[in-house]
Amino acid sequence: MTAEELQVLGLTLRTAALSTLVILPPGLAVAWLLARRNWRGKSLVETLITLPMVMPPVATGLILLELLGRRGPIGGWLDRTLGLQIVFTWRAVVAAMMVMSFPLLVRAARVAFEEVNPRFEQIARTLAAGETRVFFTITLPLAARGITSGVLLAFARAIGEFGATILVAGNIPGRTRTLSLAIYDLVELGRDGEAFRLLGVAVVIAFAAVWTAEAFLRRTHESHRP
Amino acid sequence: MSLIVRELVLPLVPFTLEVSVELSARTTGLYGPSGAGKTTLLELIAGVRKPQSGTIELNGRVVCGEGIFVPPRLRRVGYVPQDDALFPHLSVRQNVFYGAAGDRAGAVVDVLEIAPLLDRGVKRLSGGERKRVALARALLSNPEMLLLDEPLAGVDVPLRDRVLEYLVRIRDQFSIPTIYVTHHMDEVRAICEELVVLERGRVEGKRPIEGVAKDADRPHSP
Repeated sequence: MTAEELQVLGLTLRTAALSTLVILPPGLAVAWLLARRNWRGKSLVETLITLPMVMPPVATGLILLELLGRRGPIGGWLDRTLGLQIVFTWRAVVAAMMVMSFPLLVRAARVAFEEVNPRFEQIARTLAAGETRVFFTITLPLAARGITSGVLLAFARAIGEFGATILVAGNIPGRTRTLSLAIYDLVELGRDGEAFRLLGVAVVIAFAAVWTAEAFLRRTHESHRP
Repeated sequence: MSLIVRELVLPLVPFTLEVSVELSARTTGLYGPSGAGKTTLLELIAGVRKPQSGTIELNGRVVCGEGIFVPPRLRRVGYVPQDDALFPHLSVRQNVFYGAAGDRAGAVVDVLEIAPLLDRGVKRLSGGERKRVALARALLSNPEMLLLDEPLAGVDVPLRDRVLEYLVRIRDQFSIPTIYVTHHMDEVRAICEELVVLERGRVEGKRPIEGVAKDADRPHSP
């Protein structure tokens, strides 16, 4: 691989990893609330979270551009208070990846939490455990395989992100050009050999992530069998 | 022990649990057919379920009543459910010491003879061993009351007498007020001092065990 290709791959892996790390705590919190609590507005939140999965990614990118631009409510506030610019930087790449992969993480984690037998949590409470201890010593470990599967799927989705990224982050070589954007560029320029090389890398990463995620899910179902 | 349950109401299918009862014996058998509401009553006392209305008073402390709901972690009630509910991802040692409080650990491990099991995973335990581990876990939380839901269910017949022997040892050594749910009168006779009969969510009788043993030989089918 060329230095340029390695740079693209490095940026993609770093931003996808950061995106997955950042969405993990809120993703788990939302998934737990959806799985274990009934509250007003739950259906609305479920729908909002799922939206990026069914909306055109470019439309999601346009919404992000409006929100994160220097004149947008979030981007403007970050610019004024912290001097942080989001759009057309690596931060926008991470933001696009976060929004597009969040639903996958939440859905997988929610199912994982729902599969934990509430009886274990009840018994832990009778053993003087508070809610935080119950979550970290019972619920989370028992849901860990399903959550890990969700993390891997979210990471794979982030790696493949294209539509929202190109709108909110652009396609700037060395700064915001990720694997998907580089493949698109190379095909446009007729450099098919390089495009297929990067395509091979993308397929290997996606295959490894999905295969490992499925393996974790299989082990979860086996361990839940009586 | 003093457990006072007043007008406890919880709609179930196909009846409504409506219980008022006062218990003061060391070990009370809660006897009745399957689906009579025995497990539900234990869950209400343990605090893992909430009633629609009614009061539960444990040793003079209202743990459930009008505007009061003491969460299970503060009730000091050791609950051993019928399915044991041993935490599958933890070792026997981690299960047993999960809620450990007080200085009973050595005695509990000795009485229940679980020292050789401590470093095993719970999936490698037999039915009888699982019961002993679940009992130890509940006992080590230093409870003021023990709730045992059919502790001999799922234990092979040859092992039943052995587990029953452990239960008698617990009763005699630790003197923790216990409610023992069963639908076998022989278990009631072996371990309980008082009997409460529950049918379709209502207390149909409460008597000292001698009197019941004579006239309640009618077995309830499981």
